[in-house]
Amino acid sequence: MKFLDLDPHSLLQALPRQADWIGLRFVDELTSFRSVRNESPEKMTQSRDCGVMVEVLAEGHFGYAGTGDLSPSGLQKAFAQALALARTSSKRKVHGFSPAVRPPSKGRYRSPRQQELSQVDLAELVSKLQKSTAAMKISDQVVTRHALLMLVEHDTVFVSSNGSEISQNLSLVTLDLSATAADGKDSQTRSYNGSFARAQQAGAEIFRADEWTQEGEKLAREALELLQSPNCPSDIRDLILMPDQMLLQIHESIGHPLEMDRILGDERNYAGWSFVKPEDFGRLQYGSELMTVTFDPTVSGEFASYDFDDGGTPARREVLIDKGLLVRGLGSLESQTRLQAPGVANFRSASWSRAPIDRMANINLEPGTTKLADMISSVEKGILMSSNRSWSIDDYRNKFQFGCETAQLIENGKLTKRVKNPNYRGTTVEFWNKLAAVGPRDEWEIHGSPYCGKGEPNQIIRVGHASPPCLFRNVEVFGGAS
Amino acid sequence: MKPLWNQLGQSLFSELQGGEEASLNLEAESSLYFRLNGNRVRQNTSLEQSWVSLQYQREGRGVNLSWILKGDLEKDRQEALAWLNKARAQTQALPPDPHLVAMAHHGSSQTEFTGELLPLDKVVEALASPAEGTDLAGFYCGGRQIAAQQNSLGQDHWFSTESFFMDYSLYHGSKAAKSLYAGRSWSAAEWEGNLDRTKAQLKNLEKPSMKLKPGAYRVYLAPGAVNEVLGLLSWGALSAAAWKQGWCPFKKLAEGEQSLSPLFHLRENFALGLDAKFNAQGEISPDSLELISEGRLKSFLVNSRSAKEYGLAANGANGQETLRSPEIRPGSLQREQILKELDRGLWISNLHYMNWSDRTLARATGMTRYACFWVEKGEIVAPIQDLRFDESLYEAFGSKLRAVTDFSETEPSIGTYGTRSRGGARVPGMIIDDWTFTL
Repeated sequence: MKFLDLDPHSLLQALPRQADWIGLRFVDELTSFRSVRNESPEKMTQSRDCGVMVEVLAEGHFGYAGTGDLSPSGLQKAFAQALALARTSSKRKVHGFSPAVRPPSKGRYRSPRQQELSQVDLAELVSKLQKSTAAMKISDQVVTRHALLMLVEHDTVFVSSNGSEISQNLSLVTLDLSATAADGKDSQTRSYNGSFARAQQAGAEIFRADEWTQEGEKLAREALELLQSPNCPSDIRDLILMPDQMLLQIHESIGHPLEMDRILGDERNYAGWSFVKPEDFGRLQYGSELMTVTFDPTVSGEFASYDFDDGGTPARREVLIDKGLLVRGLGSLESQTRLQAPGVANFRSASWSRAPIDRMANINLEPGTTKLADMISSVEKGILMSSNRSWSIDDYRNKFQFGCETAQLIENGKLTKRVKNPNYRGTTVEFWNKLAAVGPRDEWEIHGSPYCGKGEPNQIIRVGHASPPCLFRNVEVFGGAS
Repeated sequence: MKPLWNQLGQSLFSELQGGEEASLNLEAESSLYFRLNGNRVRQNTSLEQSWVSLQYQREGRGVNLSWILKGDLEKDRQEALAWLNKARAQTQALPPDPHLVAMAHHGSSQTEFTGELLPLDKVVEALASPAEGTDLAGFYCGGRQIAAQQNSLGQDHWFSTESFFMDYSLYHGSKAAKSLYAGRSWSAAEWEGNLDRTKAQLKNLEKPSMKLKPGAYRVYLAPGAVNEVLGLLSWGALSAAAWKQGWCPFKKLAEGEQSLSPLFHLRENFALGLDAKFNAQGEISPDSLELISEGRLKSFLVNSRSAKEYGLAANGANGQETLRSPEIRPGSLQREQILKELDRGLWISNLHYMNWSDRTLARATGMTRYACFWVEKGEIVAPIQDLRFDESLYEAFGSKLRAVTDFSETEPSIGTYGTRSRGGARVPGMIIDDWTFTL
């Protein structure tokens, strides 16, 4: 990465000491999309997002100025803007901050990998993707066959006037395989754990062409099977969610409502507020006693692992919900100061061009003890749903409706026929209190998403969610015809 | 910026060899962002960013490479040349792309809108002073945006605009009234007028909220709510590629199995001046493109790549075939008749978090949000607790559509993902029977 040739300390030292604290956050991110549809190249792009956010604390308020001009004069200009913003806003600031919310930290983080993404042979990679879509070509009804890799090589360097020196190097891979079958009346799509859900920190060593072709053929068969399947019934029944749907359930109904900036109302003009109140911490029985949820940026290979957030706070595992009881929120030092409540190291920005805000990172449901086979056996009338395809929840994160790509009915303890267009709906706390079984560690799967949107200005950020299969009792489910 | 941009293009294109073609796209912004909570500043950012994209083609293969300009011609020229060499190497490694559209000269254009924006040190007081005493949460964005496109065949487009928006909500407890003030020249009087109207709306929210049972209710969707539904149509409903690839919610509309109400008309209207008429290929959209007329699909959005792959006629659509400047034609329902016509049902000012729940049936789900009221005998009774709906757009915009207002409102795009977006929509309000609420 070229900006590492810069000397961040010299650039920082060259800025006037007219503020109570100064931080420089350099980001250099190379994103490559390699996508093939029906064996033909489709999206072949590469983008390099490189710049610096100059952060200034003056009169108790932070001002931010982002620029792609990394020259000393570019930084001077941005510094002047950030300082002016801090001063002009300080008279009407939400809260008076001190440099304590930017702790001096030093360290390096590097995603686990064996082979650098930059060493990938493009021709070979595209050939593997072509083989993946060719493997889906098992019927003329499989009209769209898609294989995509999103590869990100990311560097952040953060230095500050109170001594922070942090560099974090991420290697991120997202694989998306999907097959769409159509018969003129209906169409059904199956994808590999849902759209963009196979997201992890890794290197090119995980590019396994054999796995992609096998999975591609399986997805095509399932899409064809769905075309012939009846709609999901509309009734109340037990629901087993597989880990690739649990990721969305965790994300929308745990992650977002626990974000402390939402609880503080910062987000209410855009993504929304939260049903969680400050007094709920330590009191609200969020779910059944089987539910333990962690913020865990230490899981190797999970998509949003890191050692420091963008405010320089060291990241560590924290329990958010302990045996169903809400104990901690997702808030940075700024939010913790404002709310006077414990939080986590989650002050994160989408890019050099955005100020950090409270975000999810890895939010995981800890494993239980009930194997999936035993869960199924325990269900008289139920349904097992996999792979998210539709999501919607209200601005307080209460009333949700989620849809999956595929489902199988459970009748008298056995999986029976496949059904299409499965959906379910509920309200958050009531739903999590219906949690009746949680799968064990060996059925725990790690997924993620590159696309979580929030903030003003808007920011897209990466999240990771791990979970085993889970059983919920008496849930409203419905299909395509209702 | 313009001289640098022109010289960068000249310099890069002069390096091309036989058989090579290239184009450059620019997306630049110089913006001020202020986020307010409780009528106080939570965060603020000044941003200068200029994205340049190189589309490169050779022997039926192509790549698209993007980077951030530094603003120094010599450094940017060197970087552009490095990217050109990268493009050459990557293109050589790729198989031929059968759907690649060769570059062409589609003409040139120059459009500039200037404005009178608040300077950095005036924004906070200008926003917050008139809102003193309110619980305002909002987002101000102001500055200059540039979209430009040039290619090695001489095509040259430039679009520049200075504008602002203040997207905000006023709260009474947990209930809020939402509004937007946007334009090219800031006016303190207009801002105060906008605030006064929102404050008046907030008065209606001071009554206790009603909890309605799920069921089918007659609704009035105000323009803000209609705009949310319209936004969902850009998730494949009007895309030619989505239709051909099997994921288009309006497939049955396209194939004549379904029709919408004769009252429903939708077009792209670039005469609104909300967005540049050229796309990333430099193709120019017609001023007006009829998409749905009297409830029947007249045209999909078709970009030149889809046109080549599927043998269709391109109409200047963007790469994703999404709406850029849509307009739903107004009807005949007068503003003062809305409550009387609604009679008994729900007044819905805004919707939230929409998604398709069943694409085959064009069925969508989402939530009511902000100022939504129960209406009896043509009078507002009380605000409601938010409800989830699940409704087929074939029915909502079809047999259930009762009336369309005779006025429209312009809803400029306020998205800022990655870069500040352009475009917007012009939409009326609608009265719809038996809108289905589920939770």
